[in-house]
Amino acid sequence: MRHDFLDRYSRLGSPIHRLPTALKLLATFSLILATVAVPFSSLWFFVVAAGLLLIVAAVSAIPWLFIFKRLLLLEPLALGIAVMALFQPNGTTIFLSIVTRSTLCLFTVILLSNTTPFENLLRALGRVGAPRILVTILALMYRYLFVLIDEGERITRARMSRTFSTNRVRRWQALASLIGQLFVRSTERAERIYAAMTARGWK
Amino acid sequence: MHIPDGFLDAKTAGATAALSFIGLGSSLRHASRYLPARKIPLIGLAAAFVFVAQMLNFPVASGTSGHLLGATLAAVMLGPAAAVIVMSTVLIVQALLFADGGIVSLGANVFNMAVVGPLSGYGLYRLMRVVFRGEYGRLVAVGVASWFSTVAAAIFCAGELAWSGTVAWDAAFPAMAAVHMATGLGEASITMLVIASIARTRPELLNDSIPPATVRERSTGFVLVALLVIGVLLLVAPHASDLPDGLEKVASTLGFEQRAPANPNIPAPLEDYKLPGAGSASTATIVAGLIGAIAVLALSLLLARVLVPRSRTIPPFSPAQREGEV
Repeated sequence: MRHDFLDRYSRLGSPIHRLPTALKLLATFSLILATVAVPFSSLWFFVVAAGLLLIVAAVSAIPWLFIFKRLLLLEPLALGIAVMALFQPNGTTIFLSIVTRSTLCLFTVILLSNTTPFENLLRALGRVGAPRILVTILALMYRYLFVLIDEGERITRARMSRTFSTNRVRRWQALASLIGQLFVRSTERAERIYAAMTARGWK
Repeated sequence: MHIPDGFLDAKTAGATAALSFIGLGSSLRHASRYLPARKIPLIGLAAAFVFVAQMLNFPVASGTSGHLLGATLAAVMLGPAAAVIVMSTVLIVQALLFADGGIVSLGANVFNMAVVGPLSGYGLYRLMRVVFRGEYGRLVAVGVASWFSTVAAAIFCAGELAWSGTVAWDAAFPAMAAVHMATGLGEASITMLVIASIARTRPELLNDSIPPATVRERSTGFVLVALLVIGVLLLVAPHASDLPDGLEKVASTLGFEQRAPANPNIPAPLEDYKLPGAGSASTATIVAGLIGAIAVLALSLLLARVLVPRSRTIPPFSPAQREGEV
C-alpha cells in the first residue's frame, strides 16, 4: 500500500531536488524568517517572495494541483485563528498581514518537504548538531509511521467487516479500542525492533 | 491548536522556543541517561502511534468530527519525560513534512502541546491518583487530566497570540478556552476509552508502581516544573493578573503588577475582591471554566463507572488462592 500523502514528490529528480539539503534548509529558514519579520507595509517583499516560490515550484516539477490542494487543506487551520484577529481595532490589516505571511510560509514548507527526502533532512539536522537520540527517534518515527497506518487500516477493515453498528457510542468504543490495540501492537513492535537493532550492534 | 507561521512576533517565538529547547533538551538528557535503551525504539513507535491516532476521526454531532491529541495518554503510558519527546517529535514531523504548524512558531507549538500538555496532564493525573484509587480511579483521573491538559495548552496558545499582539487576550482567551473546554470533553472520553481498552487487553502495560526517582532523575522533574511556572508567569499571568487569587501575589512579588495595568488591552473586569457582576468575557470564561471542570469530573466519574462496573472491582483471585481451593 502506498502512503505518500506526506511527501509524495520528495523523490523526483528535478534540479531543485538535486540541490544540497543544507542549502535548501538554509534557504527555507531564511525565507520564512524574512516573511515573518518584514513589516507588512513593504508589500514588494511579499510579491518577490511569492514570485520566487512560484519559480521554484515550476522548476521542481511538483504538480500544481498537488500544491494547491495541500494549501487548501492547511489554510483553514490558519484562517481559524486569523478570524479571531478580526474582532479587534485595526483587525482587517492584521488579518490580511497574517494570512499573507502564513500562506507564503505554508508554500515554502510544502516545497521543502516535497523536494527533499526526510532522511536527508534528518542527516542535515544531525550535522547541524541535533542530539543523536532525537535524530534516532525521528528516523524511527518516520520509518514506522507508514507501517502503523497500514496496521490501523488492517484493524479498521477487520472491524468494518464484522460490525454494522451506526450507533455513535458503539463507534466511539470501537475506535477507542482500535487506538488501544494500535498502542499495544506498537509496544510489541518496539520490542522486536529493539531486539533487531541490538542484534545489529546498535548502542 | 497548531499555530502557523506569521502569527507570532519575534519575542514570543524566541521566548517559547527557548522554553521548549530547555524542556525537550532536559527530557532527551533524561531519556539517554536514565531510560533503559530498549525504551528508545518505544518512544519512536509511540510518536508514530500518536501521529496515526491523531488522524483517526471521531464522529461528533452533525457531521463534525474530532480527534485525539494524546498528550495525556502518552504521559500516562510512558511517563512525563518520554511524553515530552513523543509529542515534540510528532510536532516536528507535522511541521516539517505536513506544514501543519509553522517553523518559526514550532517553539510555541512544542511548548503548548508537548511541554504544557503532557506535564499538566501528568501532574493532575498523579495528584488525583492519591485520592482516586484502583482501576476505576485511574480512569477518573485520566479523564479529568486529559481535559485539563487540553484546556491548559489552549490557554497558553491564547497567551502567546495575545503577547504577539495578533489577537487581543479578551478575544483569544474566551474563544480558545471555550472551544477547548468543549473538545476537551471529547479528549477526556476518548482517552478514558483507550486506557480502558488497554487495561482490558494488556493490563501490565499500565503499571502504576513507578519506582521512586533518584535525586538525579528528579532534577529533570524540577527543570520541567520550573519551565511550566516560567511559562505561566510569562504568557498567562500578565494578562490574567486581575484575577482575585494567588496569581496577584506572585505577580506583585515578581514585578508583573506594574506591567499589567499599563497594558491598555485589558479592562479590569473585577476590582480586586468585589463580586463579579455581568463581568467581561474573560470573567465569564473563568466561570465557564469552573462549570466545565465540574462537568468533566461528573463525566469522568460516570464513564469510569460504566467502564468499570462495581461488580468488577472485586479483587481477582490470586494463584495462591486457587491452589488453596484445589
